[in-house]
Amino acid sequence: MKKTKLIPMMGDQVAAYAMRQVEPDVVAAYPITPQTEIVMSFSQYVADGKVKTELIPVESEHSAMSACVGAAAAGARTMTATSANGLALMWEIVYIAASTRLPIVMPVVNRALSAPINIHCDHSDTMGARDSGWIQIYCENGQEVYESIILAVKIAEHKDIQLPVMVCQDGFITSHAVEGIELFDDKVVKGFIGEYKPRFSLLDVDHPVTVGPLDLQDFYFEHKRQQSEAMDNSIKIIPKVFKEFADTFGKRHDFSETYRLEDAEVAICALSSTAGTAKIAVDKLREEGHKVGLMKPRFFRPFPREHIAKRLSPLKAIAVLDRSESFSGNGGPLFTEIKAALYPERHRPAVLNYIYGLGGRDIFAEDIESVFRTLLDVAKTGATDERIQFIGVRE
Amino acid sequence: MKASTQKKVNKDSKGKQASPQKKGWKSIPMGGLIERGGTAKEYKTGEWRTFIPVRDEAKCINCMICWVYCPDSSIKTQDGKMTGFDMDYCKGCGICASVCPVKCIKMEKEEK
Amino acid sequence: MKNITEVRWHGRGGQGAKSAAQFLAEAALDSGKYIQAFPEYGPERAGAPIRAYTRISDNVINIHSSVTSPDVVVVIDSTLITPSVLEGLPKEGVLVVNSPDEPDVIRKNLSFKGGKVATVDATKIALETIKAPMPNTPMLGALLKTYPIVSLDALESKIRDKFLKKIGEEKTAANIKAIKRAYEEVKLG
Repeated sequence: MKKTKLIPMMGDQVAAYAMRQVEPDVVAAYPITPQTEIVMSFSQYVADGKVKTELIPVESEHSAMSACVGAAAAGARTMTATSANGLALMWEIVYIAASTRLPIVMPVVNRALSAPINIHCDHSDTMGARDSGWIQIYCENGQEVYESIILAVKIAEHKDIQLPVMVCQDGFITSHAVEGIELFDDKVVKGFIGEYKPRFSLLDVDHPVTVGPLDLQDFYFEHKRQQSEAMDNSIKIIPKVFKEFADTFGKRHDFSETYRLEDAEVAICALSSTAGTAKIAVDKLREEGHKVGLMKPRFFRPFPREHIAKRLSPLKAIAVLDRSESFSGNGGPLFTEIKAALYPERHRPAVLNYIYGLGGRDIFAEDIESVFRTLLDVAKTGATDERIQFIGVRE
Repeated sequence: MKASTQKKVNKDSKGKQASPQKKGWKSIPMGGLIERGGTAKEYKTGEWRTFIPVRDEAKCINCMICWVYCPDSSIKTQDGKMTGFDMDYCKGCGICASVCPVKCIKMEKEEK
Repeated sequence: MKNITEVRWHGRGGQGAKSAAQFLAEAALDSGKYIQAFPEYGPERAGAPIRAYTRISDNVINIHSSVTSPDVVVVIDSTLITPSVLEGLPKEGVLVVNSPDEPDVIRKNLSFKGGKVATVDATKIALETIKAPMPNTPMLGALLKTYPIVSLDALESKIRDKFLKKIGEEKTAANIKAIKRAYEEVKLG
């Protein structure tokens, strides 16, 4: 079988390439490692006249997201990109973007939050923003980044969703790794996302509107209730976008990707690039005859509760790998989410939690293999250790 | 769909908002959007006042200092003359009375 | 199961280790392979020792950790030829270094008995052809002679493709000459 021509690109370049194809009306961004290459490459497209996008080089991320909110309220298709401390500086406006229901799409290159200062990958930045009202998609590799950005535009702008979307990838691990990427034709991408029809525009003087008014005890709650409904509803709508995507590009997407999970007894649950590494461990243990599998959630917001519970509840034991510490004393964010999702199920597997990879600490297939071996023991004996475990940290 | 903030609210005898029939989350615009302009016109900010300014027209020298200072743009003028107060928006703060160089404005308790 | 080739590059920031890792990967991609090329970023400063990696496979590459047991180690900077470059290199592994010394000398210095050792004076070749101390492209030539994972032609056309617009015909030709010279001059032992 002849395989499609693959183009060598870094994860950041792929994100910028997708942005070029989307050709937003406005991009307001500030460079920050390891997202810098996205802004650099996209600026190059603007400078070369490849896109008509209005690029606003702002003086901080707070301004970047503020400009995005303004542009989106003016009816512009709007994008930005950030990482870690940049996302933290945006914080106030990140919530405003979601609450004002502006369909901004933001590639985020996951990086550890300070202190101590660290430029490498973990998920503390976007996990901190998990309750900001943004949809969050996590990507294993450059190909997923590429497709997810195109998908994100369509999801964000859907008339019954109208929520901003973060498309997350692992800092340096994929953002700075060159992989072969299958790219789609510009025209097909443009056709798929369609012309942006904003639900209002501040520039439409014939239909003046007020955006972001004071909203006190009498209406704020109703607006939050709407937001809750929008996120909940997106669970029903997003599969339709998956289908449209598959019909257009021949590529299937879902709320999660599972790997050899169908008849598995134990499984590991991990986001982004680690899920790829976990596949190596799954293959190795499968060769030894162990029934092991992988669950890789692609969406963390909305959290696809039923989708995940259905696939994980029949198992005997699962381990959730968290690349961020929530400092709750109750486990990482993915762990608590998965555990809560399983609670209503009649059959509940034992659920273990492992924190790993903080500040870019590498995780290897062997590490994951050893977690699987623990899980196999748990499945056999039923004895679980409730304590949160750490992989790859020096004692 | 129109938010009930845009509708005239019911008032009780003291001019305060009585609990109006406010719309629920399903029937208000998304994200706090107010879907038409000029809605502030419908919000008479002078409704809360206790005192009102009363002017002695004979003493007034039309210097317009009250017009400059009024924080609610409630000094009415015509042809360079001060003609009265816009009681829809006057909050009865008394700044006009205090800045008047000839003391022609007095603040009096409003009779409702 | 090991249908994947992993190369680890040792160089100093600014010497083009990351680019070399990428050129090799891209030449392999053009030859129909799946690839990954990525640097290991430490503190970013010119002259700091850095590592970069290339993975080449017939199948989709899912693994996303750094390379711990490379099939091939390439040392671009001769001052980095210390036993630490052997980390994880299996006994049948291949070591390609930038050095005017004979392979035997390197073997002895590093106490490396297994696999293959190849030496080439890439700095000298670079100075004579490219007229700059950029040993990364000649090291690619030396690597392909020692461990022919992609064809010299595929690499040449990749280099032409990458360099022509950026640095012009003359310098591109110099780089290709450097690759070919290293390919010819590399000493195996």
